[in-house]
Amino acid sequence: MSVAAAPARLLPDTRARPSLWREAARRFRRHRLAMVGTVILAGMVVAVLAGPLVYRVPIDEIDFRAKLQGPSRAHPLGTDDLGQDVLARMLYGGRISLAVGVAAMLISITIGTSIGAIAGQAGGAVDHTLMRITDLFLSLPQLPLLLLIVYLFRDSLKRVLGPEAGIFVMIVVVIAGLRWMPVARLVRAQFLSLREKEFVEAARSLGARSFRQVTLHILPNALGPVIVAGSLDVAAAIIAESSLSFLGLGFPPDIPTWGRILYDAKDNLDFAPHWAIFPGTAIFLTVLSINYIGDGLRDALDPRKVLGHK
Amino acid sequence: MSKYVLRRIVIAVPVMFGISLVLFTILALAPGDPFGELASNPNVPREIAQQLREKFGLDDPLPIRYARWLTAMVQGDWGFSFVSRIDVDTLILQRLPTSLFVLGSAQLLGLLIALPIGTYSALRPYSFFDQIATTLAFIGFSLPTFFTGLVFILIFSLWLDWLPFIYRADLSSTGWRWLWEQARQSIMPVAVLGLFQGATLTRFVRSAVLDVIRLDFVNTARAKGLSEGTTVTKHVIRNALIPVVTLVALQIPAIFTGAVITEQIFRVPGIGSLLISSILSNDTPVIMAITFVFSCLVVLFNLVADIVYGWLDPRISYR
Repeated sequence: MSVAAAPARLLPDTRARPSLWREAARRFRRHRLAMVGTVILAGMVVAVLAGPLVYRVPIDEIDFRAKLQGPSRAHPLGTDDLGQDVLARMLYGGRISLAVGVAAMLISITIGTSIGAIAGQAGGAVDHTLMRITDLFLSLPQLPLLLLIVYLFRDSLKRVLGPEAGIFVMIVVVIAGLRWMPVARLVRAQFLSLREKEFVEAARSLGARSFRQVTLHILPNALGPVIVAGSLDVAAAIIAESSLSFLGLGFPPDIPTWGRILYDAKDNLDFAPHWAIFPGTAIFLTVLSINYIGDGLRDALDPRKVLGHK
Repeated sequence: MSKYVLRRIVIAVPVMFGISLVLFTILALAPGDPFGELASNPNVPREIAQQLREKFGLDDPLPIRYARWLTAMVQGDWGFSFVSRIDVDTLILQRLPTSLFVLGSAQLLGLLIALPIGTYSALRPYSFFDQIATTLAFIGFSLPTFFTGLVFILIFSLWLDWLPFIYRADLSSTGWRWLWEQARQSIMPVAVLGLFQGATLTRFVRSAVLDVIRLDFVNTARAKGLSEGTTVTKHVIRNALIPVVTLVALQIPAIFTGAVITEQIFRVPGIGSLLISSILSNDTPVIMAITFVFSCLVVLFNLVADIVYGWLDPRISYR
């Protein structure tokens, strides 16, 4: 990564940057399972984005004559206990599930990168305090705390932002607020080693201020591990949201995220196993794909971590 | 070693303090009055509601409330459950052993899976066995526990009818019969949690063993004529376990997450399912106390991990 240190604006050598990313892309493509994961995930994203436009079955059309039916021509993934179409609900809910994952990841890597960067650049007492706080957050029991916060803040946020936006914002913020620590540690470790490197020293001796050193020289080189951690964070956030919804404490029933569908389905396992198996498989496939993509990104962006790879 | 243990305990105190501060801040920031329900409930006489407000010092300034809350928590005075009408600490102590039994067995199962498979994989990296094991581990930790739990119930309880899917703490039978029923009802919750842990730990063990096996002292051990078995168990595994212990300690908060979900699926009467039912019935003192207990357990197990770490790697305890 250190070759990318030369920012394009200072050194107009445009060959170095694209070839570095192309090299990473080449390594990523060689990771077969990561490519399979990318295809599956892309399929999922296209399905939840375009699906509801093509598959125009309403998600809340109640039809008791067709309740708890297995997959059929009229309902490709069957129906639930109110006769609502499971496929339509999954396509709609999948948008929320994936959006929660991506939004929580963006917030958590923003917090993590900022804290890690400040700690790594400032050093001394600031570093010490921030790292103690990071350690403290790492030893918080996540799900119990998530449940506690949802319980205490649910109603008032609902009042302020409305039932859907309120729950979405709260779940995203809380999940992100409990997941930034690994990124903060990674970024700090990167900073500690990078800020002693010659190219940063060169920038410093040319009179670059701390902010410029960080944003232009150090941060771009610390991004590799952050991207890897961020991809894995998407999976973790999707699981966290599904867990909350599965416990009946996440989204309300009119927002059928995959976890929420599982929660509704779990008491009808003996009559309608399909109702639980399809959303569960969707969560599993998404998480598995993201984890493989993360693995591939690690190989591509963080070559030092790969041990004895062929 | 005892000095090291003591130092670790001293370090655990500020962490505990910090966690309590976080918990209290959340409670204090929460809009409305967590005891408001009680105050507005017509079944609760006004003077009792007022007494409770005074007991919890809800009208005092924040630092005083924090100090009082913390003293009460430390002294084990956790208040009174709104729903069960008994002391919160009695309620939690009733539930805690079941939780610890399930968690402990699951963790043990996870280690029993991860240690041999992870080590064997690392000894023959990129072999057929390693590829299968790595793939299964990847699948295992991508499968959320709530989904595996449902699939297990579907297969083993509903289709095959082998195992009960409701865990009961009050089995009526005694002796061998009790043991048999206890084992039967524990299989699924322990397996769901243990397989997930096993999958995560297998990856840790594999990469830790891979790191150690290339080092010179392993060659030395082989060169002086030790058998492969002795080399692996006495020299490789013991050293590979050191980073694994740290990772296991970092995993502990995640294990509790799995425990809450597993208890909920199989209706295990532990503190995880108590937490959910308390949230659904707005039982604030119980919710606060359980979150506090979970935090204490995290700190406690981190302490245990630190001590095991010192035992595995004597260099650390002399520092």
